Amino acid sequence: MTAQQGVFLFISFVILFSAYTMVTRSNLVHAALFLVVTLFGVAVIFVLLDAGFLAVVQVLVYIGAIAILMIFAVMLTQDNAAKQQESMNLNYGWALLLSALFAFALIVMLGQWPDIGGLAPALDPRRDTIAELGSALVSPDGYVIPFEVASVLLLAALIGALVVARPQKKDK
Amino acid sequence: MSFFQDPVSAISALISNFLYTLLPQAWAHLIMTLLGVVVVASFGLIIVIFLIWVERKIAARFQDRVGPNRAGPYGLLQTFADMVKLLTKEDVIPEKADRLAFNIAPILSVVAVLLIWAVIPFAPGWIGTDLNVGVLYIAAVGSFGILSILMAGWSSNNKYALLGAFRAVAQLISYEVPMLITLMVPVLLARGMGMMDMVRDQAVWFIVLAPVSAIIFLVSSIAEIGRTPFDLLEAESEIVAGYHTEYTGMKFGLFFAAEFLHAFTIGVLFAILFLGGWRGPGAEEFPLLGVIYLMLKASVGYFIVMWVRSTLPRIRIDQMLALNWKFLTPLSLALLILTAIVEKTFEGNAWRVPALLIGNVIVLIVSYYIMRAASRRTSKERVTFKKRPVAKPA
Amino acid sequence: MQNTWLFIGIFIAIAGVFPLLPIVIARFLAPHKPNPIKLETYECGMETVGDTWVQFKVQYYIYALVFLVFDIEIAFLFPWAVAFDALPFFAVLEGVIFILILAGGLLYAWKKGALEWS
Repeated sequence: MTAQQGVFLFISFVILFSAYTMVTRSNLVHAALFLVVTLFGVAVIFVLLDAGFLAVVQVLVYIGAIAILMIFAVMLTQDNAAKQQESMNLNYGWALLLSALFAFALIVMLGQWPDIGGLAPALDPRRDTIAELGSALVSPDGYVIPFEVASVLLLAALIGALVVARPQKKDK
Repeated sequence: MSFFQDPVSAISALISNFLYTLLPQAWAHLIMTLLGVVVVASFGLIIVIFLIWVERKIAARFQDRVGPNRAGPYGLLQTFADMVKLLTKEDVIPEKADRLAFNIAPILSVVAVLLIWAVIPFAPGWIGTDLNVGVLYIAAVGSFGILSILMAGWSSNNKYALLGAFRAVAQLISYEVPMLITLMVPVLLARGMGMMDMVRDQAVWFIVLAPVSAIIFLVSSIAEIGRTPFDLLEAESEIVAGYHTEYTGMKFGLFFAAEFLHAFTIGVLFAILFLGGWRGPGAEEFPLLGVIYLMLKASVGYFIVMWVRSTLPRIRIDQMLALNWKFLTPLSLALLILTAIVEKTFEGNAWRVPALLIGNVIVLIVSYYIMRAASRRTSKERVTFKKRPVAKPA
Repeated sequence: MQNTWLFIGIFIAIAGVFPLLPIVIARFLAPHKPNPIKLETYECGMETVGDTWVQFKVQYYIYALVFLVFDIEIAFLFPWAVAFDALPFFAVLEGVIFILILAGGLLYAWKKGALEWS
């Protein structure tokens, strides 16, 4: 058990625990805060995989923008009477069955992978992975079309969200 | 490498030799890292104590008074006195407050600011850890601070605290956009996000290459830390004390300390990104000089922050957000595009520096004319004084 | 690379402990005499009226939305900026087009009045 595996196990436990707590809490603001813990755990996993840039972007975008958006939505649309919500859907029996089947299928499939107990191969430290990512993003035989399409997608998301959320002008 | 030339490396070499003979390698490495962390974190915290004194003295001088001068020589022990006072105040938690979030918020606030110090290059070779994503890491850590404000406002169970927290977060996330965009300009100029490389590549200080971006960075950073003129978050006359209304004693002290440390950290970041960090004559051979240069430059940045605070009045929140979205963001985007295009055209050319400088000035002039035209279009008519006869008693 | 991040991990742990020290010290040094008046929420010295909730102002949400879009845009642009040296000129133009498309989005939001704090 190397240190890397130990950290991975610990952080996986943290992620699973906070994800479970997040979906079972009846106080929505607490649930949002546990979401933040889960997202932070995912960032730590990115670090373990030698993807420092992705970890930082995860914190910056997910925790810094998306989690805050969700917390805004939760805090602004609540009032005291509705603070404690019903946390469990009535269909949770079926959901439990489906997720157990899914987990079983995953375990069987991953168990047949010979390298399951091994460590991630170390990255050559001389490679500048971020520069490679940057070159790949804009090179014509790389990902330039998805890059530009992503900007159009973001534009569409912005416009769509503004159309939906814009304060309605009241007719006098 | 004598002891005085590079004391930190000498001491760390001594300790690591000692540890490596004693313990297995992994543990020795862990303890070395731990010691490094404690040194950097303590440096940050000790600086705060001095900083509060400096702030009060300088703010007082701006206001033509002396400032604290009773506790200790020149009031140097004033901060200690304040700390002791805050320690002995009762910790009142409102009865319907959300205890977990209420207690964690001030700690998270301090942690968010302290984490920035892990990647600050003090001198060549003296850095907590040289992450290859240092600059983006700093932006990411700021988001924890934002989260702590939301937690503080919500958990207080107080309408005004909540309102203050929302307005504070709206301000902070709005000003993060121009800050991130102008943060990209030094990254572009240095071709990398690592903090050490950023300083090493500043043969020409970046403030010469991108002056307007530096100013926008400074302005958005002042807004990020919640200082006047963007003081709305804690304007005492407006929203009581904003999101930390319900905090007493040491928890309030932690918010207070976090704010001051954040202000100085902004000064340090400005110095590193735009003023050349630890660069200066003799910094390569004597790293201690590098630290002194960095602190001097950071003090310049911090002084500017204090100067602006003492000079400008508070602006309203709608003016503030309009300033951000309608002026700073388009301007910083334009500057980013300009810097990218000029950098690529003049690559390796000696004309790079004047070209960038002239480009910045052109953008500034163009934006001035645009703003003037826009303000002429939307200006209201001036209200002048209409002469009225003085009322005479009958 | 993980050694550099190990520093950050330990830093988070230690930086979490440092602020706890004053709070723990204050726990011992400070008086603890709660009474109902002190525990009430503060509303400029008056009794609170009504529940603690804030009128939903959609403006907060819109600012967060626009910030989110720009945040993601900047996350895309950082690798582009780091790889600048290896890029030919038209790759720079591709990045500029990316920025301009999203500046168009900002312009749309501006014209539609979504950025007003009404």
